[in-house]
Amino acid sequence: MRTAVTIFPGSNCDRDMIIALKKITGKTPIKLWHKETEVPNLDLIVIPGGFSFGDYLRCGALAARSPIIKSIKNHISRGGAVLGVCNGFQILIEAKLLPGSLIKNQKLLFTCKETLLEIQNTLESPFCSGFKVGTTLEIPVAHNEGNFFASKEVIEKLEGEGRIAFKYKQIKNNKNNYNPNGSLNDIAGILSKNGRVLGMMPHPERVINKFQGGIDGLKFLSTSIEQLID
Amino acid sequence: MKNKDLKLNKNIDSELFKVNKNEYFVQQTSNLKAALEMGLTKEEFELICNKIKKIPNKTELGIFSAMFSEHCSYKSSKKWLKTMPTKGSHVIQGPGENAGVIDIGDNLAVVFKIESHNHPSFIEPYQGSATGVGGILRDVFTMGARPIALLNALRFGSIDHPLTKHLVSGVVRGIGGYGNCIGIPTVGGETEFNKSYDGNILVNAMAVGLAKKDRIFYSAATGSGNPVVYVGAKTGRDGIHGATMASAEFTENSSEKRPTVQVGDPFTGKLLLEACLELMSTDIVLSIQDMGAAGLTSSSVEMASKGGLGMFLNLDLVPTREEKMTSYEIMLSESQERMLMVLKPGSENQAKAIFQKWDLDFATIGEVTNTGRLILHKNSHVACDIPIAPLVDDAPEYDRPYEIIRNKQILTSKEIAVDKTINEILTNFFQNANMASKRWLWEQYDSSVMADTVLSNGNGDASVVRIHGTESKNSLGKGISMTTDCTPRYVKSDPIIGGMQAVCEAARNIVSTGAKPSAITNNLNFGNPEKPNIMGEIVGSIQGISEASIFLNTPIVSGNVSLYNETNGVSILPTPVIGMVGLLEEVEKCIGLNAEIDCTLILLGQNEKIDDGWLGCSLYQEITSQDVIGAPPPINLENEKKLIDLMLKLTDSNMIISAHDLSDGGLLPAICEMLFFNNLGININLPINSTSQNWSNHMLHGWCFGEDQGRIIVATKNPEKVILSAKSNLVDFFVLGDTNMTGNLNLYNLAPISINDISHYNEETLPLLMNEDK
Repeated sequence: MRTAVTIFPGSNCDRDMIIALKKITGKTPIKLWHKETEVPNLDLIVIPGGFSFGDYLRCGALAARSPIIKSIKNHISRGGAVLGVCNGFQILIEAKLLPGSLIKNQKLLFTCKETLLEIQNTLESPFCSGFKVGTTLEIPVAHNEGNFFASKEVIEKLEGEGRIAFKYKQIKNNKNNYNPNGSLNDIAGILSKNGRVLGMMPHPERVINKFQGGIDGLKFLSTSIEQLID
Repeated sequence: MKNKDLKLNKNIDSELFKVNKNEYFVQQTSNLKAALEMGLTKEEFELICNKIKKIPNKTELGIFSAMFSEHCSYKSSKKWLKTMPTKGSHVIQGPGENAGVIDIGDNLAVVFKIESHNHPSFIEPYQGSATGVGGILRDVFTMGARPIALLNALRFGSIDHPLTKHLVSGVVRGIGGYGNCIGIPTVGGETEFNKSYDGNILVNAMAVGLAKKDRIFYSAATGSGNPVVYVGAKTGRDGIHGATMASAEFTENSSEKRPTVQVGDPFTGKLLLEACLELMSTDIVLSIQDMGAAGLTSSSVEMASKGGLGMFLNLDLVPTREEKMTSYEIMLSESQERMLMVLKPGSENQAKAIFQKWDLDFATIGEVTNTGRLILHKNSHVACDIPIAPLVDDAPEYDRPYEIIRNKQILTSKEIAVDKTINEILTNFFQNANMASKRWLWEQYDSSVMADTVLSNGNGDASVVRIHGTESKNSLGKGISMTTDCTPRYVKSDPIIGGMQAVCEAARNIVSTGAKPSAITNNLNFGNPEKPNIMGEIVGSIQGISEASIFLNTPIVSGNVSLYNETNGVSILPTPVIGMVGLLEEVEKCIGLNAEIDCTLILLGQNEKIDDGWLGCSLYQEITSQDVIGAPPPINLENEKKLIDLMLKLTDSNMIISAHDLSDGGLLPAICEMLFFNNLGININLPINSTSQNWSNHMLHGWCFGEDQGRIIVATKNPEKVILSAKSNLVDFFVLGDTNMTGNLNLYNLAPISINDISHYNEETLPLLMNEDK
């Protein structure tokens, strides 16, 4: 299993993601600096969270113009899998590898909290097919711009093609605000047409040990990687 | 580059006038009027002229004014700061460096400090608080440590004051804006509202970092001839004379000082952090100092002074953001995200490559000299030539007159209790911004980045992060527990007790997570020290803090003083904030505050024979009568120590599920807070004298809401063993009752109190207060 984690100036979840992937695969992922133009053959590239280029201009907009993006596009065209988490999701959208946009949270405030994700009925995808539809995972979010927005047609298309990976779901006892950012249809993550590119706002790499409050992130990442090995 | 190689234009001032008119002016001789405008006194100006044997030019005067400011020189507090206990077998570095350092074993060291950004945050809340966070982070990574956690201590004016919501919103966004972006978790802190802060809010930020014990970096310059290197962001005209602004009282025109507030850039901060740590992993950095308050002035002067050397800088080589900046502006700018270093000679290119990779400026701007002087060139002219020693050694140290006013009026619950039911008071408590959950604030902080957070905001009395890389087959690794604490109304009423209480409460919070209290950083926030009663608050609280720190073996290793927190002559409540860290050898032994089902709640530190609860100077008073009078609850250091030792024993033997220190509001609110998360119920046992004829309603109020010190509630599934341990450690205890599924708190003969209802107030109060009018 060959994995890599991209690093942009301002990435800040790269270390956490590298640790999580190492825990699952037993091998340290390759670090891909944003200026690199050549990447080896890989099974999975992860674009981690953070504030690439300070989120100046628009979140992910500058990173989406970095040299590494071309290599990521080549990797995708070879059928490679890509996971973008938080800022990584924003970069995938800015690079037009996923549709829609991620606008400011509805309350216009940064929000860091536990969320409950429900796996949707998706097209064939290494990131979702290993789970029964309706499975729930507790994974935290931490972002300022995670409010997924798209035209009605795009949303309908995503729903129709089974490209919504997970939606935010109500946590028991917590009646209000289970959707942390106001995203349309409670969307927390979406897939590419071939199901091999996933963008998600929640941070699975932060819940891989019990002391962190849970291991659902480990469950999600290791299931995805098992699927990729198959 | 050498001094002598520079061709100086001696008599061609007119040429300088043509090249840089403003530089020409700052190189002209100054006068007393200019000194007074810069915040110096007549005596200080005369002292300067005597020491440097000339009348300084404007640049030289500006440098003196910054170094002599309260902010840099600690001139009012130095005499008393020297009396604080700073030594301990685990102390690697006490006060005097960028941050304090303690040994935590395994060749690891924890580096930490708290610092205020009060004045700028009031003038410009977002940038003021953001740069407060950026500044304290630089203090920590300057020492070679990777920052692993951020905390804060915030004080705002009355929630009804027209400015408060604007300030809260801006400060919280600023703290989050910097910490979230740079990727260091903000894991804890405290927030309080009081009308005394209407005109002067307090924003104290604390950073904790981790370093290899044998890889700590210091600021003393070494080696005459070694290159002095400037790295980081460019120098602009922001924050000029910020340190002087922060050393003066406010008037209604203070908003005019907005240009003295620095602007933060957390993105550059992140690049600087990574570049510095990368550079520090080599062996070419000899000394390093961040450019914080008073920017290039204090960094160059402190490095040279500590090394007993001199420094020559060619200011034409300083990367600037704007054209034709003067030596005065360059030396006094507080532009953020900059560092000054002394490197091994010949290693500049190796260092430069690292900074270029991170797209940061890198410039060799001068060298260490053995002249003992600070010599600055600008536009080929000598802009400054002054001896360094007077800047530091001759900075004034005042023995200001003081009067410690101690309120000794002991009030009984009968004199304070109001005619309300327990349920009504409990509701009032959690509808009060000071008691209610601060979730609205801390959900705006990324508390889980770095993936080492064990306990953060609201889940425990203190916050705990795992120490990365200490995990082994048998253990998840070590943990660091951190808290910030102060109860200003106690300090106001009795500065000595108040100082002691802040230390004891911090220690109780640390042990309530299972950690051993280790060391302290403090942030002393007060009004105008030229007033004897305010100076008395400073002296008294330092005495109290020192006494408690010695007793609990928690030395003070770093700190910051913020004075002149007054507006139009009205001072804030004295607020000496204690930032404490503690160590958990095995992070799996960490406990939070949420009780589980079928636990017994045991109150430690108080027995069943209670005569009267201490309602004087309490939150109960503040909420029920708006008026806080009477002496604060006394502190018994010996009992505090016994309680701490007992808690360490209990947590080490996995005897307790969760724990919660009793502080603001006393017993009943604390019980509620332990029950909220799992929506539990409890039937509370009453003290034995509650059956006597003398027991009356006010005594019940005193028992429920009194703020007697030295108490912690523990939730346990081994009540017998806890009781045995309490007995053998000579700690009083009282069995409060068992948790159940009813979700009701039953007390005395009163109607059941719904935990769910109280929890609702706890959660909704702050969002409602913050969102109304929107």
